Order: sequence, then C-alpha cells, then structure tokens
Amino acid sequence: MLLRLFAIQGSWNYETLMGNGMAFCLEPALRSLPGGVRGPRFKEALARQNRYFNAHPYLAAFAVGALARVELDGEAPERIERFRGALCGPLGSVGDQLVWAGWLPLSSWVALALFGWHASAAVVVITFLLLYNVGHVALLVWGLRTGWDQGLGVAAGLGHPVLRRGPTILGRAAALAAGVGIPLALARLVGAQRTQLSEILLAALVGAVVVVKAQAKLEGWRFALLVVTAVVLFSVIR
Amino acid sequence: MTLAGLLPIALLGGIAGLDTVSFPQVMISRPLVAATLGGALVGAPGPGLLVGAVLELIALETLPVGASRYPEWGSASVVAGSLFGASADSAVGALTVAVLGGLIVAWLGGWTMVKVRQRNAVVARAHQAALDAGAPGAVMGVQLAGLTADLVRGVALSGVAYAVLLPAERAVLAHWTLSEQGSRAALVATAASVAAAATWKLFHSTTWARWFFIGGLGLGLLALGLR
Repeated sequence: MLLRLFAIQGSWNYETLMGNGMAFCLEPALRSLPGGVRGPRFKEALARQNRYFNAHPYLAAFAVGALARVELDGEAPERIERFRGALCGPLGSVGDQLVWAGWLPLSSWVALALFGWHASAAVVVITFLLLYNVGHVALLVWGLRTGWDQGLGVAAGLGHPVLRRGPTILGRAAALAAGVGIPLALARLVGAQRTQLSEILLAALVGAVVVVKAQAKLEGWRFALLVVTAVVLFSVIR
Repeated sequence: MTLAGLLPIALLGGIAGLDTVSFPQVMISRPLVAATLGGALVGAPGPGLLVGAVLELIALETLPVGASRYPEWGSASVVAGSLFGASADSAVGALTVAVLGGLIVAWLGGWTMVKVRQRNAVVARAHQAALDAGAPGAVMGVQLAGLTADLVRGVALSGVAYAVLLPAERAVLAHWTLSEQGSRAALVATAASVAAAATWKLFHSTTWARWFFIGGLGLGLLALGLR
C-alpha cells in the first residue's frame, strides 16, 4: 500500500478526483477480506472505495490506513461511507498548508540558498531531493501507520502537534530560509557584475507589489511570461 | 539535432512531467532538479542549474492544489535546461530566451494536464460498470491508463517543444541586441518579483513569519558580504 501511495493521483480526474487512486491503494489490504478477491465483501469494499475522494496526496495515507482498518474490521457500510466522506476536508486543507505552503517552499529555499552559496549542481539537487523526500516519505509512513492503528478514531491522530502546529512552524522556517536565500540566489544569478544588484532588488520589490495587487487577475507566472516576452521582443525588434 | 539527441530529452521530460502529479511526486519535476538534469543531458548541468534557479523562483508561487490549474514545471524545466545547456557558451541573451521557452512550455503543459484529467474521467466512465462491480482489474486498468497518458503527454510535449524551440532560440539569439547584463537584470528582477510575492503570500498570515524573514535576510546579506 505504501508503494501504491506514490501513484495515488495516477488517474486523477475532475469527477471522482482521486477516488480510483484510493481503491488502487486499498486493494492489497482488501484481499484479506473473507472470500478473497472473488468474494462479495472484497468487491463491495473495492466498489465503495472507488468513489469520489479528495485529499492531499500525502495525507491521504491516513485515510488509506484508516479505511483499510475499518473495512477489515467489518464496520457497517453506511458507517464506512460517512467516515470516508468526513475525512476529505481536514486531509485536504492541512496537507496543503503543511506541504505545498510549508515543506516544499522550505526545501526550495534551502536549495536556492545553497545555489547562491555557489554549491555545485549535484549538491543543490541532492540536498533538495533528500530534504524534501525525508518529509514526504515520513508523512506517508506515519499516515498509513496512524490510520491503520486508529481506524475510526483517526481524527485524534489528525490532532497531532505535527499537523496542528506544523504549518505555522514550517511557514516561519520557510520565511527564514527565503530571507537567507533571496540575496544569495539573486547575487549568483546576476553574476560577477553585482553593481546592479540594488537596482534589481528595488525593481523586484516594485514587481512583487504589482503581482500581489494583481493576484486575483494575474498569477505570478503569467506576469513573468508577459515581462520576459516583452524583454525578448524588445531585444529582437529594436 | 538528431533523434538520438532529442529522444533522451523527450523521455526525461516525460518522467519529470509524470512526477509533477501522477507518480511518484518526489519532486524531480521541480525546476531546480529538472532543468539541471536537462542541462546534464546536453553536457551542461551548471547552466541547467542556472535556468532551474530562475524557474524555481517563479514556480514558488504555484501551489499544486488538487483541481486548480497550474503550469507544468517538470517537462518545461527539462526543455529549458536543455535549451540553455545547448547554447550557454557565450550566447548573449540565451538564459532569457531559455526561460521564456520554459514559461511557454509550462503554460502549454498545464493545458495538456487538464486534457489528460478530462480523458481520465472518460476512461473511468467507460469502465463504470466494472468499477461498480468491484473488479480489481478495472481499478488497475483505469490507474495504468492515467499513468500512461500522463507519461505520453510529457514525452510528446517535451519532444515537440525542444524540436521547435531549439531552432527558434537560435534565430532569436541571432538578432539579440540587449546586453547580457541588461537582459539578465530584467530576468532576475522579474523572477525575484514573483518569488517575493510568493513569500509574502506565504508569511503574511503566519504569525511572526515576517520577523523570521527579516532575520533571514540579515543572515543572507551577511553571508553575501562574506563571500
């Protein structure tokens, strides 16, 4: 099940989201149901777990472990379905804050700081991958085990300090890493001629204000696409 | 450019594209990694890392949350890293053009991801009876179909993009007039703007985060002064 969690989003679609992925991850556990893969309990459980499900892909491990446990414990189908539905909300929002808005930018900024410190390509890449995936795999293993151990009581596991306070702590750590990484990374990108660094920082500040103000109408990457296109066109046409 | 030169880039782009969401999401699709690997394929990991750092600053703003639509940075970064790696030697403006290529491919990649997701729904619906009957073969089939479609998407996107952008880049650079200093300054300022905005989004609602940022900035400037 742990290995299959790495592919939980393999069939993601706009109708059932990761529903099929959940069934894919749970299938090995469900084989242990009485009657095996040909038995009616296996087929009912697999069909039930194939339905709509939405969660952060890493925190879905909690759900996979817990649902495997309640299925094998023989809980009533209606109870399993209610429990399944209740898991979606917290596993989505907490995961987004903890990983996408916390662990990922922290790992990126640490790597960018190393880049700015003129670390080699290998050091930057390996550090980033190791740092990020220590957290990634630890979350999957912990989630699966906690879900399995606690079953219907997994809500208590979701109140663990790592999930409650982790987003705030990681946010602060990422802010610290960003502060360290910004001047170092920009200096290396600008190159040996750092005379323009202060002008670049000022322009970046102005640009950042524009991006933040235009957030609802213009995402940052589109802003970058427009500006860089303008620079290229200016250089070629003038 | 030969098929032998194009194929590894297309395959790596496919793997990076797959990693973005479908499998295994270990972040080889992040620009810092994918662009470096793309550059390494053409014998230039250092330049690949450079373009990866620029794209990473821009990609920081992207949160790959569920149903939201976002650029596909994996394939795009491989292409950008290979582009810059192939033309990095004393080519003024090459970094800017490679980043532009990466941004365009990332945009197209995001669009192709939406199409794959829509296709996944069609495939699932086609197997609905078997899925409702709890057939494990159907579950596995739908999952593998999705994974395969995403991999093929990434390979095709990367291959076509590199084949189109490599000669286009050379044509653009042949008419390049801005100095390397000027174009790089504009590029870095732009990437830094997006990264700064992303960082603000990150910490403006987290208590005490702005003080951690200021403290980090002090450390970073000190480290810069020491270098």
